Amino acid sequence: MRDRMRFRWDALIKRHEFYLAALIGLMVIGLGISSEDFLTLGNIFDMSVSSAILGIMACGLFVVLIAGGIDISFPATAAIAQYVMATYVLSIGGNFFIAFLIAAAVGMLLGLINAVLVYKLKVPAIIITISTLNLFFGLLIYFSNGAWLYGFPDWFMDGVEWFTFVGSDGYDYGLSLPIITLVAVVLFTSFLMSKTRLGRQIYAMGGNADAASRIGINLFGIHLFVYGYMGALAGIASVVQTQITQSVAPNSLMGFELTVLAAVVLGGTSMTGGKGTLMGVVLGVALLAIMKNGLTLLGVPSYWHAVVTGLIIVFSISMTALNEKKQALQGA
Amino acid sequence: MDQVLNALKLPTDRNIRYLLVILISIMAIMAVASGDRFFSVANLQSMSSQMPLLGMLALAMAVCMLTGGINLSIIATTNACSLVMASIITMAPDNGMVLLFALVAGLVTAVVIGLLNGALIAYVGVSPILATLGMMTLINGLNVLISGGSVMSGFPESLLVIGNGAVLGIPMPLILFVFFAIGLWGLLEHTSLGRTIYLMGSNEKAAQFSGINTQKAVLYVYAISSILCWVAALVMMAKFNSAKAGYGESYLLIAILASVLGGINPDGGFGRIIGIGLALIVLQTLESGLNLLGVSSYLTMALWGGILILFITLQKRKA
Repeated sequence: MRDRMRFRWDALIKRHEFYLAALIGLMVIGLGISSEDFLTLGNIFDMSVSSAILGIMACGLFVVLIAGGIDISFPATAAIAQYVMATYVLSIGGNFFIAFLIAAAVGMLLGLINAVLVYKLKVPAIIITISTLNLFFGLLIYFSNGAWLYGFPDWFMDGVEWFTFVGSDGYDYGLSLPIITLVAVVLFTSFLMSKTRLGRQIYAMGGNADAASRIGINLFGIHLFVYGYMGALAGIASVVQTQITQSVAPNSLMGFELTVLAAVVLGGTSMTGGKGTLMGVVLGVALLAIMKNGLTLLGVPSYWHAVVTGLIIVFSISMTALNEKKQALQGA
Repeated sequence: MDQVLNALKLPTDRNIRYLLVILISIMAIMAVASGDRFFSVANLQSMSSQMPLLGMLALAMAVCMLTGGINLSIIATTNACSLVMASIITMAPDNGMVLLFALVAGLVTAVVIGLLNGALIAYVGVSPILATLGMMTLINGLNVLISGGSVMSGFPESLLVIGNGAVLGIPMPLILFVFFAIGLWGLLEHTSLGRTIYLMGSNEKAAQFSGINTQKAVLYVYAISSILCWVAALVMMAKFNSAKAGYGESYLLIAILASVLGGINPDGGFGRIIGIGLALIVLQTLESGLNLLGVSSYLTMALWGGILILFITLQKRKA
């Protein structure tokens, strides 16, 4: 019994997620003691809403990274999906189901373009997606003239609110659209990656594409799926963003790609593919969200936020790398 | 006889040939569309004073890409250097010694950042994308913290000359760029460090086993990349007559684009400085040309992306 416990413990402390969770735990305890607002339900809901877009996109990028690729173009994909969706809602109406459907379909279509280019041209995905980022963004701003869209119908502005309650600060809280979407996306991605054949094939391709191809996995099909999935999630995230900000600005997501990438790799996902867990991604997103929220609650000037974020990212990726190096040495 | 024929078939590098074809077709179109304005001295001068900033950044990117790495922190490094120099210069704008001290301080900043990048990659074992992404976030944060997010301006004339001066009608930034491009070319093609860089990009394991200290070479490469950012910082400060955190962020992806268009293999090992020079000229003629024709700059941005994809397709078609 004791041996088994020890064995488990040994396995646990080798995992990146363990350190991440410990770090988050320490932060939660520290913030809980030093700020009485931190551990209120209202604040926790606020944090979830403000990290929803990051979380949804991180799930998509996670799948692409596991497959051994990378996608930098998704903010542009999201912006186009958002624009098409908003134009439809403003001129015809509809409901949230249609809004999500349109945005996801547009996003998926653009994602498929990435997939075809990456697969057919056999050039590193980062180069292709940097090109399509420029292409998509340039075309969007050219055709939209950079115009903002606002004045959405009431059903869109009000959003969805389940199980509402009144927080200690007097505001209403509840399961709002961003939180519901975030949870749904995380659960679906988790199911996809760990319980389906497709998910395992994605891990296999990221681990060793040649080997995967020889055991009969359709690499082109997997490419289409992962980039399409990333695009669809970018579309879904864009609906959530529109609902939170109640307006659409073509350039509002520009520069977001590196933040999402940081959140995913903070969670220990490898850049070379095949390695990483969704749990890590969720912890990475949570760490960034809690830190930002905590620094604000503690009254730290916003100038410091980026410095602290940078330090944590550099520290965390160094730990991951050193850990991997140590394990490679032990294995050899 | 064969040798003469070969010499006439200049250039042998297919990549460079494609670039020349694209360049000539752009120039032909421009000559028809608005020849007298496009080939005017004023336009040529403005083109050649705009290109070097992107050019220096593309060189900084390319030297890392040759080893199979990438440097996402070039813009952050450039801004860090210009902020450090600006904050020293503005203390006593007209003092020559202070100016000199500022330049040295900027260079030291660049080298420190470069060595940190290199150490993270070579000794800690972080992948280049992640190491430089992390450093980018950190440096950007420090930039905002140091400057308080405000603009620093008020530089002496002796510094502004770098951005706006000209020798014999040739803009100073272009002279600087050509000087450093030739320097980097010499380093890459005529020194052992240069050979090491190419070898590491082709096969890092082979480089290690042939007794090359690859870790040290990585340190050098990222330090060189940072030093090129310092030069870019000088040009940028002098051109804008100010320094601010967050300047020039859109150049990051374009620097990668220019490097790849110039024939630098993103996996490392292949690519020459002359290709980057041509790619920069292509990008600049395209931008200035479309600008003259009154095409929106956003459409130009889309075209840059489109051209890179087209270019890669061309390369792969016969490969």
